Amino acid sequence: MTSQTVGPRPSIMRRILPQLVILIVALALNVAVFPEFFQIDFRNGRLFGNLIDVLNRGAPVALLCIGMTLVIATKGIDLSVGAVMAIAGAVAASVVVEGHGWGMALLAALAAGGLCGLWNGFLVAVLRIQPIVATLVLMVAGRGIAQLVTEGKILTFDNAGLIHLGAGTVAGLPTPILIWLALGALVTCVVRKTALGMLIEAIGINERSSRLAGINSRVLLVCVYLVSGLCAALAGVIVAADIKGADANNAGLWLELDAILAVVIGGNSLLGGRFSIVASLIGALIIQSINSVILLSGLPPEFNLVIKALLILGILVIQSPRIGTYIYMLKASGPQPQPDAPPIRSTKEETAR
Amino acid sequence: MKLKTTLLASVIAIAPMAALAADLTIGFSQIGSESGWRAAETTVTKQEAQKRGIDLKFADAQQKQENQIKAIRSFIAQGVDAILIAPVVATGWDEVLEEAKDAEIPVVLLDRTVDADESLYLTAVTSDLVHEGKVAGEWLVAEMAGADCRIVELQGTTGSSPAIDRKSGFEQGISGHDNLEIVRSQTGDFTRAQGKVVMESFLKAEGGETICALYAHNDDMAVGAIQAIKEAGLKPGEDIKIVAIDAVPDAHKAIADGEMNATIELTPNMAGPALDALEAYLADGTVPDKWIQTESKLFTAADDNMAIFNEKKDLGY
Repeated sequence: MTSQTVGPRPSIMRRILPQLVILIVALALNVAVFPEFFQIDFRNGRLFGNLIDVLNRGAPVALLCIGMTLVIATKGIDLSVGAVMAIAGAVAASVVVEGHGWGMALLAALAAGGLCGLWNGFLVAVLRIQPIVATLVLMVAGRGIAQLVTEGKILTFDNAGLIHLGAGTVAGLPTPILIWLALGALVTCVVRKTALGMLIEAIGINERSSRLAGINSRVLLVCVYLVSGLCAALAGVIVAADIKGADANNAGLWLELDAILAVVIGGNSLLGGRFSIVASLIGALIIQSINSVILLSGLPPEFNLVIKALLILGILVIQSPRIGTYIYMLKASGPQPQPDAPPIRSTKEETAR
Repeated sequence: MKLKTTLLASVIAIAPMAALAADLTIGFSQIGSESGWRAAETTVTKQEAQKRGIDLKFADAQQKQENQIKAIRSFIAQGVDAILIAPVVATGWDEVLEEAKDAEIPVVLLDRTVDADESLYLTAVTSDLVHEGKVAGEWLVAEMAGADCRIVELQGTTGSSPAIDRKSGFEQGISGHDNLEIVRSQTGDFTRAQGKVVMESFLKAEGGETICALYAHNDDMAVGAIQAIKEAGLKPGEDIKIVAIDAVPDAHKAIADGEMNATIELTPNMAGPALDALEAYLADGTVPDKWIQTESKLFTAADDNMAIFNEKKDLGY
């Protein structure tokens, strides 16, 4: 705990090493079931291969987990991102169907996502509703809102500009890959090159003392939910553009859980505090690699969820603190080091306030 | 207080309307708006009733059985001539169906059946999911005319009855034809997005050129798969034959564009045969069969798909 908050920052490589190892193992599994996994051709003006698919199909979860990492770092959670994706996709589709350009559609979708984020932030930061409950409201209601926008059907569109965001390529690389890489880099830079990241961590570790130390926690909390809403909106636009239609019933369904899982696999604590967006993004790629193994294995679909559950269980067990300590002790094989005390965070102080 | 007055006023307003209406009054308890097909079924039912001069009382249950039971009780209280139900679940209907029977109101089940004694309802109008799959399989057999064909299959949601039945129906359709072989089968969850993702993996795992046909358990997945095939630089409909089920407007459009080859209709017109049976029963007591199977019509490029698309697109799909 103390080593987390003071002293020099450990290098980024050391932080993401476990995730990288897991990712390599997941990719190796892919090669095991499909030897030509790494083969990439250039076909029909685009790079064509399984590795590209993993990067491309991982885009929605990758985008979601950028915002989700920040929210979780403040000890919050955002369950509404899947529904916000559906809303944003529906808004973007209805704007282009009405004859406006794709730029307008993207702006409208981002505005809708931003509004959803502000609503969540308002409930959490101002009304002090617990994040899981506050965002549950929009998770349930959001899909209904999206259906109102699309009038209950799959709203299809033909706008080349909008479709390009989901299904197009830039220099042979599918656009979604570039979008999540760019946004990931941008947000990482903003929170790490300024004190913003540290302030967010401070809120997650102890909101009360960080407020006493002069951090405007209310504004920051609203901001992280806003960022999460914007990320979800972008993911929603990509998903809609990919199938040239807004499917309010299915767009982003259960993706909030995949996003949370990506953050957790990325080694971030659900109790808030230290976070790494890069590790979460690798987490998203790990999840997508697992999906890819399932699809390439050719096993009957009845096995899909079992395989996914087993692989993720394996990852989480390897990452668990107990096992970590055990491995460390085995390696040390000298006098037993004291295992790290589990972080004790008193919530009593906050409720007493 | 104000709410009560409004309710009372509306009840008073509705009562004489029922008396004034045409000779037949029929209550329709719909599940809710769970899918585009469901919305089309509602639209078509209303159209069919209007065509016949029937006064249709419509109740939307919003996916809840208790709402459907409430609606049926209110239909009984209003003394309708017959009741149509699209049951949301299979069990728990005995009591309310007995109430309808005691009131001598015939009940017709639409699209889904219930686990209740057959004597409790007049008839059930449903499609045959196995038959739909079989029609798709037989179409492909005829289309390939003995040529070798490696088929990939996009299944519906794992464990759902349409997925199970449409799969087994297709297997029946192609059985005995060794030139046809299903080489990959994976679920696309009945959605466009997942249909596209799974097709992408099929194209890589099998090599796009070796796949000769795609069978999708619904049109939405086929529409997603068409995009994946195009992005892989292949021609959907030519390089890879595509057959799916449901006949939604977008599938007709895809066939018209030459990107899809065939679709089998799950007709939203369950009410037509139901109302025919009811009218005959009420007129002279003709008892219909316990199960009326709707036609699983095959649409191919030979049909005027653009005209059908224009006809269907406003039904609410």
